[in-house]
Amino acid sequence: MKNEAKTQYLCHPRLRFVIMHELGIAQNIMEIVRQSVPEGLARDIRKIRVRVGQFAGVVPDSLDFCFGVMAGESEMPRAALLIEEVPTACRCRGCGREFEMEELVFLCPHCGGTDLEVISGKELEVVDIELVDHGGEAL
Amino acid sequence: MSIVTIERKVLEKNDQIAERNRRFFRDRGIFVLNLVSSPGAGKTSILEKTFERLRDDCRMAVIEGDVQTDLDAQRVAEYQVPVVQIVTMGGCHLEAGLVADAMGKLDLDSVDLLFIENVGNLVCPSGYDLGEALKVVVLSTTEGDDKPLKYPAMFRNASVLLINKTDLIPYVNCRLDVLRGNALKINPDLRVFEISCSTGAGIDAWCEWLRGKGASGQ
Repeated sequence: MKNEAKTQYLCHPRLRFVIMHELGIAQNIMEIVRQSVPEGLARDIRKIRVRVGQFAGVVPDSLDFCFGVMAGESEMPRAALLIEEVPTACRCRGCGREFEMEELVFLCPHCGGTDLEVISGKELEVVDIELVDHGGEAL
Repeated sequence: MSIVTIERKVLEKNDQIAERNRRFFRDRGIFVLNLVSSPGAGKTSILEKTFERLRDDCRMAVIEGDVQTDLDAQRVAEYQVPVVQIVTMGGCHLEAGLVADAMGKLDLDSVDLLFIENVGNLVCPSGYDLGEALKVVVLSTTEGDDKPLKYPAMFRNASVLLINKTDLIPYVNCRLDVLRGNALKINPDLRVFEISCSTGAGIDAWCEWLRGKGASGQ
């Protein structure tokens, strides 16, 4: 990069030019993991399962990229994200039926109603963490 | 292998602060709008027009969010409206904690309407609750009538759509009925106002609606 950035960005130096909110989300995920796993066991973390709804405004590839860069130089260098994508689904308040949406058109395919409640697709959650065991030591 | 069950929301911290902000606003009867749009859609111009119409009826304040500069805050200050500028230094959206900090710098005891002008971006701000009563999405005609379909989360999460720059319709490839139809496909409950900050068209209707909100605080 020829021009050195003059701006001080509040993020990892290698991601200085990456301006996407997946970076902040990756940081939040690491923070939740830190609160959940004793520091001494961080190196044993292999997988962090996260649930990402299609309607959560998060690009899974970007999230994976940001997390990878940050985790690689952290106390959990072998941790990788396992991203489960959740399709958008609605319940029609008119006819009571539930359906998955292929295209984001908020119209009930059964009765044509527009009064719909989004019942899934907005998820952004840490589900669980997988660690390798050391000498049968239970967590 | 051991599995540790977590089941926590990634944005739980933001959501907690947002809820605290919301309680604060509700207790004081402040009506708060989170203005979102792509850069250049006209958020600040709409605020300027709104100040002109409502300054005798409502006590207003603004929290400005930008990646760089306080240019927008300077524009707001011209109208003697109290304003705090948040510079995100590259961050693509405002978070509830930043808004809470800015709230501490405003005298909110004497405010009826608080506008939070988010960073210009149709993607990231949709996922972050700031504690507002509702989101107002601004879309200008120059952006094209397909944008609600391309950025559905923003249009679904908003309660009001302001279609700005309607005076440019003869010159741009944007059909108002198609734009409106696309937005309502994503969110049938959207309240839509067609406005032009250049000609002033539609601004009265928007301000009239807003006046009711500012008076009732909800």
